[in-house]
Amino acid sequence: MPEEIARVRVNLKINGKQYSREVEPRTLLVQLLREELSLTGTHIGCDTSYCGACTVLLNSKSVKSCTVFAFQANDGEILTVEGLAKDGQLHPVQQAFSDCHGFQCGYCTPGFLMSTLQLLEEHPHPTEWEIRKGIAGNTCRCTGYQNIFKAIEAAAENYKAAPSDRS
Amino acid sequence: MGCGVGMYPRAFAYHRANTYPEAISLLSELGEEAKFLAGGQSLIPLMKLRLSTPAHLVDLNFIPETSYIRSNGLLRLGAMTRHSEIAASADAARIPILHDCAAGIADPQIRHMGTIGGSIAEADPTGDWAPVLLATGATVKTLGQNGERRIDISEFILDAYTTALQPAELIIEIAVPAPVSRSGGAYIALKRCAPVYASASVAVQLTLHEDHTCRDARIYLGVLGLTATRVSQAEDLLRGQAVDSRQFEGVREAVMDIAEPASDMRGSAEYKRHAAGALAKLALDAAWRRARGEHVEVTHLYA
Repeated sequence: MPEEIARVRVNLKINGKQYSREVEPRTLLVQLLREELSLTGTHIGCDTSYCGACTVLLNSKSVKSCTVFAFQANDGEILTVEGLAKDGQLHPVQQAFSDCHGFQCGYCTPGFLMSTLQLLEEHPHPTEWEIRKGIAGNTCRCTGYQNIFKAIEAAAENYKAAPSDRS
Repeated sequence: MGCGVGMYPRAFAYHRANTYPEAISLLSELGEEAKFLAGGQSLIPLMKLRLSTPAHLVDLNFIPETSYIRSNGLLRLGAMTRHSEIAASADAARIPILHDCAAGIADPQIRHMGTIGGSIAEADPTGDWAPVLLATGATVKTLGQNGERRIDISEFILDAYTTALQPAELIIEIAVPAPVSRSGGAYIALKRCAPVYASASVAVQLTLHEDHTCRDARIYLGVLGLTATRVSQAEDLLRGQAVDSRQFEGVREAVMDIAEPASDMRGSAEYKRHAAGALAKLALDAAWRRARGEHVEVTHLYA
């Protein structure tokens, strides 16, 4: 065990803004976001790679930020829930979750929003099965998922209406 | 470290490798307390639970040209190829059992990070790739201090969490032979939900004669033993025979006979034995139809 562990420099772009930090190697991406950068919209749920509350997009791919070391995101681009709304306007996916009440307590919602974004990038008109597969890595303990399904279907409609709003 | 909530791995020193040879010399210098980091989707949870406490991590994620899918007779998969890249690959989809496996591993987030090389190197008995690569007769290309080796997958995975890798040796490529004509395979796992490991899984690769009798069959059970288990009795039942409902039932029974599941949080031994039998029938049916040229969608089951 080395006595003094060298910190590691991590450069990354988050929601369009460039950041550079020196962190302990064991820092997880979610801890960098929440504790170093105060981007607390990304939540820690299970902390064991199960629940998906910590989902963010890394280089346009959804990942569980509790199970990615910050250094693995070096030179990458991150999109978190804070990067969705623009000029006070909810992102179409956020608007759909709001309209359909696709949440109860809201704790899991940031993760569901990011997984929905990923799903709609791959499947702009998802089937029910594709929605199920798309949110299979996200757990909601309140809703029973019905309204989340409705919200994702509505989000797909919103996307069709405003494709230029894609983040 | 801040005062926020969260689970932290034991502190470790970080080493970014720029080439495979550099990664190998780093690991051999650092010794037994060092580990390679591929996608980290198994290692990071183990480190957060302090079940694994390496003092050094040698990061393979920034080595260029380690993630690729090349088709030239053999399908060659770079060790750092992510499961999601294999799931999305048209080349990989020509060997449908590979697509079944890659597209069904855990959930989208984990598939975006997890790598085929990392998964095989870990040799977790509940991993998805081993039965599939065994059924397809894949080989593993490794690189170590003594150069490259090609190892048949059946000689690579030795036991639970144990492979033929020497210290400071790593996987650089997995090669899967293109199936001959009239060959079809399928892989189905039964899971309680997407992010968890499977309760049982079966891989079948079937090759037919021109008259559609069975020329060869390879059937492996996943999850239920320390390594994937070959079901030779079921293969023998099929070889040289017309594949009909009688054979399907025989395969189901042979699988139930050979399976030695343990009761645990994923289900009782009896439940898993029945599940394995049922999965074998489903996978055989899909493999048989694919061998006859049908397009069959196969997906993991949830219960």
